[in-house]
Amino acid sequence: MKPTDTSNPDYFHKVVDCQWACPAHTNVPEYIRLIAQGRYTDAYLLNRESNVFPGILGRVCDRPCEPACRRGRVEDKPVAICRLKRVAADLSDEVRDRLPQRPAGGNGKRIALVGAGCASLTVANDLLPLGYDVVIYEKLAETGGLMRSNIPRFRLPPAILDDEIDAIVDMGAELRLNSPVESMAALLDEGYDAIFVGSGAPQGKNLELPGRYDTDRIHIGIAWLESVAFDHIDSIGEKVLIIGGGNTAMDCCRSSLRLGGKDVRVMARKPRHLLKASDWELEDAEEERVEIMLNHSPEEFIVEDGKLVGMKFAKVEWHDDGSGRLKSTTIDEVVLPCDDVILAIGQENAFPWIERDLGLEFDQWDVPVVDPATFQSTREGVFFGGDSAFGPKNIIWAVEHGHQAAISIHKHCQGESMTERLPQTMNLSSTKMSIHEWSYSNDFDPAARRLMPHVDLKERFENLDIEVELGFTAEQTITEVERCLNCDIQTVFKAGLCIECDACIDICPVDCLTITHNGEEADLRSRLTAPAENLDQELYVSDGLPQTGRVMVKDENLCVHCGLCAERCPTAAWDMQKSELIIPYATDEAACPTKRKAG
Amino acid sequence: MSFIRKPKIVYKGQRTNALGLTRRDYEGGMSTLCAGCGHDSITTALVQAFFELDIEPHKVAKLSGIGCSSKTPAYFLDSAHGINAVHGRMPAVATGANAAARDLYYIGVSGDGDSLSIGLGQFAHAMRRNLQMLYVIENNGVYGLTKGQFSASADIGSKAKKGEVNEQRPIDPVKAALALGGSFVARAFSGDKEQLVPLLKAGIKHNGFAMIDVLSPCVTFNDHEDSTKSYAHTRQFYHPAVHADFIPPAQPIEAGGDEGGVLRVNLHDGSQLLLRKVAPDYDPHSRAGAYSYLDECEKRGEIVTGLLYIEEDRASMHEISQTAKQSLRDLEYDKLNPGAETLKALQSRYR
Repeated sequence: MKPTDTSNPDYFHKVVDCQWACPAHTNVPEYIRLIAQGRYTDAYLLNRESNVFPGILGRVCDRPCEPACRRGRVEDKPVAICRLKRVAADLSDEVRDRLPQRPAGGNGKRIALVGAGCASLTVANDLLPLGYDVVIYEKLAETGGLMRSNIPRFRLPPAILDDEIDAIVDMGAELRLNSPVESMAALLDEGYDAIFVGSGAPQGKNLELPGRYDTDRIHIGIAWLESVAFDHIDSIGEKVLIIGGGNTAMDCCRSSLRLGGKDVRVMARKPRHLLKASDWELEDAEEERVEIMLNHSPEEFIVEDGKLVGMKFAKVEWHDDGSGRLKSTTIDEVVLPCDDVILAIGQENAFPWIERDLGLEFDQWDVPVVDPATFQSTREGVFFGGDSAFGPKNIIWAVEHGHQAAISIHKHCQGESMTERLPQTMNLSSTKMSIHEWSYSNDFDPAARRLMPHVDLKERFENLDIEVELGFTAEQTITEVERCLNCDIQTVFKAGLCIECDACIDICPVDCLTITHNGEEADLRSRLTAPAENLDQELYVSDGLPQTGRVMVKDENLCVHCGLCAERCPTAAWDMQKSELIIPYATDEAACPTKRKAG
Repeated sequence: MSFIRKPKIVYKGQRTNALGLTRRDYEGGMSTLCAGCGHDSITTALVQAFFELDIEPHKVAKLSGIGCSSKTPAYFLDSAHGINAVHGRMPAVATGANAAARDLYYIGVSGDGDSLSIGLGQFAHAMRRNLQMLYVIENNGVYGLTKGQFSASADIGSKAKKGEVNEQRPIDPVKAALALGGSFVARAFSGDKEQLVPLLKAGIKHNGFAMIDVLSPCVTFNDHEDSTKSYAHTRQFYHPAVHADFIPPAQPIEAGGDEGGVLRVNLHDGSQLLLRKVAPDYDPHSRAGAYSYLDECEKRGEIVTGLLYIEEDRASMHEISQTAKQSLRDLEYDKLNPGAETLKALQSRYR
């Protein structure tokens, strides 16, 4: 193998599994260290740089970081990254005085944002400090989009939403509530310099089965959640069936319990490991005694005398059809009684308000064609982001779309090329303080993951406003921060200094180092101190070593970043260096106005 | 040394041996030697060897004298038995321990000072007795613990860190062992575990005194230019003559089609050594041949390593002395202590 090119920022970035997995590349290890030092406000602001909504995401993020966390490979459970984010938000001081404001006068460019959800708000957050005139159109009477209408209050209290959204609006945006955009053509006529569509995926999927329209007790999940959120619905029958196995189904079943549901079941077609709901959301629903019935495929609504009395399901078995796809066979039929059914089987974006003759192309699924790098549609100056761009994803993806769209909008307005964007870069700096001292807590703490304390089951159902998760205690926080392996403190090797004494190899607690003769990757992977079987993780291969010409190989898979290799190294060939990924935002693009003019 | 201990991490997919133990279960306390010390590599090689041999740690007795090397038994097999003897007197203590409890594996760790200066007599006599033990000399050519004076193994012309040149002839433990009738004589290098680990395994299983002289650079006092015991010098003049592969008894031996350059040695417990020779006409059963080969290579400045001499059927101490077949601890009390009358009868034979 060739020596690893660590000058490419992606190499060390990839070692920081959580940051690499996060769509917005939040600097997780650094904010966990700040929490460990009690610098909650700094931790909050560091989060906010990339993910904009730490308080919201600290509760309801999809957490792509956690399955990626190296701790989960070393032992069973990843670091409770999301919970720690909430700690930063819970304990942070007021940050408004540390946020930028829209400069008086502005830059004369006007931007329209459609929808006041996370994508649009991120665009506003990035563009307001540059002096843009930002107008946010929202069809509802409140901000937040699906964050407010679809995530129940017992998981995400409105006060948290208000605080973080107001912080953005108060930078100087013009917010127009109760202002649905009913025509793109009309909006275009208003002469905005750019339009950003962040209207989400607001349409719940229907289930066309016999009996569907014979009763009014069958609800579309996300519409029902919205009605609950805005207090248009305050009760439900005792027996409730939720159809679907995703996170919306979990929100529906738990909301039902708080509105009078006694016997609430989630009916899923697939086996457990194929459910779309996050594991922790399934666990939280089951803690509330919701039964999750697997392998039940809905067949018919049973309506007698205009009253919904039950629903018929096929019990199915799944098997591989030989081509890797799963096929089901019916083994039984079952009828379950119910008073209400909630359909939570997915959602899609819908654009009835965009005229089809504006030069804005739609694809075969009737979704606008959007460039995945610039987020511009086929009509210049019209951008999409969040669920409205590429279908339903999650909040953190919408935030990242917002950041990228903001850069594009800025470049569009300044006449710069949208595709010539600032690259991500990386700083490396040694953490060595003295012979045996590093500027991070390098010892491995064997503690197990802390569990989030919950409000007692007896109390939590009284109303929708009781937030179930209490947040980590101080003791839990102290333990959990030490579980972080500081993957951003990189093991950096200088081959020229190595005397091949094997000290680093001998001391490594997870056998990830080897000095051996070079070879092809597959061959090399099999010859290491411990075979490198996780092909998703890179091998760090050095130049030839001075004495024997062999190479130092590090398998990045299990390294716990304890720094013992560097501590045992007599020649400082190994060093522990902090990698800091520098992610360009719209402000950075504005700070170095280039001559990279378009065309 | 480090300030934090090597953390014990049980990671997924960690290999275990036939006893269900991981390599980490064969480790000991935290090393207080200098970072980069060859001795720490030898410690790791010992851990690896005992792990691979599936030996229960409590079936091992570790012995040592005084010196940097003699600290290392604290760093491996922390559930083994251990005695840290006075300077140079480890072989006598090992002899006593082995006489009483012959069912343990004995491993002595010594240094060039402990074995070749103050303890040279003890070293010679343990070899003469063919005491069943693995005797490792961690040889770095200096007294590291007293700040780097030349030891008895320092080569003529080798320079100390501050520039003095050694002018006395070195005692080569390999040549000494050949001359003293050692039954297992090997040299290795701490920087080559591929060679060292199988040698240690063979030494542990050898029926008699297995002496391995392991060149182990002192990274603090003897790893500079003009030192003949540095990492760089050892690698430059490294000459592996015989590589030993250790084959445990249960494992089928893959017979190479032609045995050219490969020699089999049967160990008394049923395991085998496959000796791969770099020099085709080298005979590891010939004491005189080994000696002259060493002499020749020495003239070229080469450092010969490998299993240089082996004599597996030499009687060991217990066989020579016709002692009890089991450890004294396992003897019934009336056999172990036949009583005053028997003692009297015995004494009367010498009156």
